[in-house]
Amino acid sequence: MKGPGEYGGTGRAGTTTLNGRGPERSGAPAESTVLTVRTEQDLLAIRHAVRDATLQVGFSIVDQTRVVTAASELARNAYVHGGGGTIRIEYPTRPGAVGLRLTVDDAGPGIADIDAALTDGYTTGAGLGHGLGGAQRLMDEFEIRTRDGGGTTVTVTRWADR
Amino acid sequence: MNARPTPGVPILRLGDVLVTGLLNELDDATVVAFTEELTTRITADRARGVLIDISRLEIIDSFVARTLMELTTMARLLGARVIVAGMRPPVAMTLAELGLRLAGVETALNAEHGMAALGWHQSPRPSGEVPHEGTR
Repeated sequence: MKGPGEYGGTGRAGTTTLNGRGPERSGAPAESTVLTVRTEQDLLAIRHAVRDATLQVGFSIVDQTRVVTAASELARNAYVHGGGGTIRIEYPTRPGAVGLRLTVDDAGPGIADIDAALTDGYTTGAGLGHGLGGAQRLMDEFEIRTRDGGGTTVTVTRWADR
Repeated sequence: MNARPTPGVPILRLGDVLVTGLLNELDDATVVAFTEELTTRITADRARGVLIDISRLEIIDSFVARTLMELTTMARLLGARVIVAGMRPPVAMTLAELGLRLAGVETALNAEHGMAALGWHQSPRPSGEVPHEGTR
């Protein structure tokens, strides 16, 4: 057990300057990070990481919820259908806006019929079939690439006006 | 069937109603174990109603949504009525955009309304007590 005096001391200093609340945004874009999707525990860790990232960008509470939910759907797809993979969190900028971009990559069998996979209710697994189409609606930009030899990459972005 | 207690998810019995709540930090295995334990308790405690408080859930993805729908169906088959209470407004907006209607799942604004719908009512206030607002 740590004594109460040991909390909030040196552990946090120097690692990051975000205050976790937004909407202060420093000019310097944050570094991108890559997380692995291998276990159910990873799904939880990804939700945490993406929530922190949305705070860093300064999203509203509704946008935070949208982005974290989309991340959860995509990470679960990679875990269930893709046999695991990676998720990259990036902070793109464009004039007048900052954003959050998630790139979910898996090495699974790929998606045979993307149009069908984006249709609500279509599923090849045990889910509800709302994951991909839902993630598309929750984010501003959505791109999916699937390769013949296997593997699927989904890139989604949500923008916040400065 | 002997479901083990789900870590961190207590299920209380008030008369013929089971009261429980989901925590934000649920992983999939815990959600599945919770479903199992709750259905076991409905039978063991002869519950007629189940209140599930979800005010702590910061997101509901399609997995949790499916679990809530299945739980409601299972409980109904066992003779109990489920009310899911306290959904956060951003969660409701996101669910609607996802296209998830939680078909068949009864909801209430908060736990108090949910309990009222299950037949529980506040006792009359003792005379002389000053009414207060805003208990969260």
